[in-house]
Amino acid sequence: MVSSSNESVQQTQRLAWLYDPRTRGIILQIALLVGVVAFFIEIARNTAANLKAQNIATGFGFLEHTSGFDISQTLIPYASTSTYAQVFWVGLTNTLLVAVIGIVLATIVGFIIGLARLSSNWLVARLATVYVEVVRNVPLLLQLLAWYFTLLIALPLPDAVLELPLGMGVTNRGLYLPAPVWQPGLGAVLIALIAGIAGAIAIAMWAKRKRLATGEQVPAFWYGLAAVVLPPLLVFLAFGAPISFDYPKLGRFNLEGGIVLLPELIALLLGLTLYTAAFIAEIVRSGIEAVPRGQKEAAAALGLRPWQVQRFVVIPQAMRVIIPPLTNQYLNLTKNSSLAVAIGYPDLVSVFAGTVLNQTNQAVEVILITMGVYLAISLLTALLMNWFNARMALVER
Amino acid sequence: MARSVDWLRTNLFSSWGNTILTLICLVILWNVVVGFLDWALFSAIFTGSDGSACNKPDAGACWPFITHKLGLFMYGRYPDAERWRVNLTYGLALAGLVPLMIPRVPGKLWLSTYLLAAFPIIGFILVTGGVFWLPHVPTELWGGLFLTLVVASVGIAASFPIGILLALGRRSELPIVRWVCVGFIEFVRGVPLVTVLFMASVMLPLFLPPDVTFDKLLRALIGVALFSAAYLAEVIRGGLQAIPRGQYEAADALGLSYAQKMGLIVLPQALKLVIPGIVNSFIALFKDTSLVLIIGLFDLLGIVQQSISSDAKWFSPQTAATGYFFAGVIFWIFCFGMSRYSAFLERRLASGERR
Repeated sequence: MVSSSNESVQQTQRLAWLYDPRTRGIILQIALLVGVVAFFIEIARNTAANLKAQNIATGFGFLEHTSGFDISQTLIPYASTSTYAQVFWVGLTNTLLVAVIGIVLATIVGFIIGLARLSSNWLVARLATVYVEVVRNVPLLLQLLAWYFTLLIALPLPDAVLELPLGMGVTNRGLYLPAPVWQPGLGAVLIALIAGIAGAIAIAMWAKRKRLATGEQVPAFWYGLAAVVLPPLLVFLAFGAPISFDYPKLGRFNLEGGIVLLPELIALLLGLTLYTAAFIAEIVRSGIEAVPRGQKEAAAALGLRPWQVQRFVVIPQAMRVIIPPLTNQYLNLTKNSSLAVAIGYPDLVSVFAGTVLNQTNQAVEVILITMGVYLAISLLTALLMNWFNARMALVER
Repeated sequence: MARSVDWLRTNLFSSWGNTILTLICLVILWNVVVGFLDWALFSAIFTGSDGSACNKPDAGACWPFITHKLGLFMYGRYPDAERWRVNLTYGLALAGLVPLMIPRVPGKLWLSTYLLAAFPIIGFILVTGGVFWLPHVPTELWGGLFLTLVVASVGIAASFPIGILLALGRRSELPIVRWVCVGFIEFVRGVPLVTVLFMASVMLPLFLPPDVTFDKLLRALIGVALFSAAYLAEVIRGGLQAIPRGQYEAADALGLSYAQKMGLIVLPQALKLVIPGIVNSFIALFKDTSLVLIIGLFDLLGIVQQSISSDAKWFSPQTAATGYFFAGVIFWIFCFGMSRYSAFLERRLASGERR
């Protein structure tokens, strides 16, 4: 009896390591690692076999091959004799163009609507709420398609130009803007502008230091505005307005010359901007509402004017709440710009993961490159915003 | 009377600036409302058997386009004679879902078990067929709102457990588990859904042994579920982080295993905290289902889009606007309904903290 109980104790001790959380953790992790590695090896083996069976080339050599197709919007030199690598760069620059313009516009519209939702004016607040609730509950893809096809139908045919002021014209081939033509002397204006911006930053820093040291308010905004606007304007006039414009003219079938904004680009920008703005508006609203009432009351009690309460008390605190989700929306907008493929705007997914993939059949390489680009953009933005966020964060003592 | 004048004065005409804003808003509102009513009712075409009826100058919405194609928009090319099976599946789903969503109804455990275990099997057999006397309906024929609901509900049901596992993995103390989960979550969240769907549709067949073939719908479902799971994992992680340390330690002190600790103590509290976030993810997933049209599946938006762009019989200037309006309203009803329900839950669940 005694010996058998001893035996079972020994047996328990021999098996005790099985019940040790550390050992279990190690076993679990080894199993997971083996599983993941085996999974990838299996995928790689199958893929290699499938590619061989289907006679599809592998490797990145295809990037040097001639593409043989045209692209409707190219920000960098490109022709159908260019290589697939150049197709990639054209697609990437087109994606970045949409992302940057879209982010700027969506931020502006989003802040306006977010503030409108908090307006003391009942009607303004209601309209802004309706806008947000309608726009964010309808799929973006639907909005893009709707904008695109209604634009195409609403806009006049290429030979019936709708003329707009300032020499602009619009047809269903796009919005034609006069293209500025570089004349000698414009470089000096540019230098003056850069100097003006630098001056404005210096003025802002000086004003802040003075405010922190003495509490004296300097109208730094107006000084800065003057520093940015006046010097370039004076230089511009001094050189006798050294700029001319290449106006779009009606050619045989179409407008020719000038800068063309494709209807696909306009539809994509409209859709992305209005959709993302609805989300940004909610972020702005909740950010401002997150500032405790006592902060505003305390600021008012200190004798700050209403705009000073907003500028020095509410906005800096609200921005802390706003920035992290705002970053997410910027990334969402960039990723959502890939929906361009549905309306034929030549973005990265459309020309590279679409046309190039169809021509070369090298799905693995093409998709990996495309995903890599978006990953890189996401990580880079996340890093930048984290840095900005750290600067804005509350300094606790 | 005096009160309403007072209300108008404080809320609409409190200052010069506000008065101007109010007037601008009234002008916008008037134009939008009148323009919309004119398009949707007064100038709209209600009868006709093809697009020529709508091909008038200044005509409004082309409603016959919707009424004639309603069956297509709702069920895709699912055979007419078999559509009762889809309707029956809807009925079975609602029978479980509606009582589950009303807080007062008892028996939540049974309802959940029915919805998660019994209903998927019954529903799958019903809509796919091929057994008993039910004829087989291949997924190529599925479409319209039915396909949208299939992708959304399967996506939700599949992404939820994966999301929980990923969130737990990301919070795990085991480094390899954590790295694998972080890697997966950050990778998926860093790329657009379009590329994930492209990957699912062109690369997944390459990954599998040559003799294994995958249904196109299943490939899309895998893509959607994995994509959604990564976002859901981040929402759930927020809930896990909000649970006080003492809860974890108390569970350990009681000698509970990891599964017991998470399943009985931590997750019930964490999931309750993030229900609004979970519903928001589901709304995003529901809207994202429309992207399957890019890989050639005909969900509600896909089939409307196809009818607009390639059905010459219905070509008219307002066909596109009418079709998109119709699809938009349906999507909006679902998404807005979900967001209202989430707001209701949020208020209800907060009542515990409000004393």
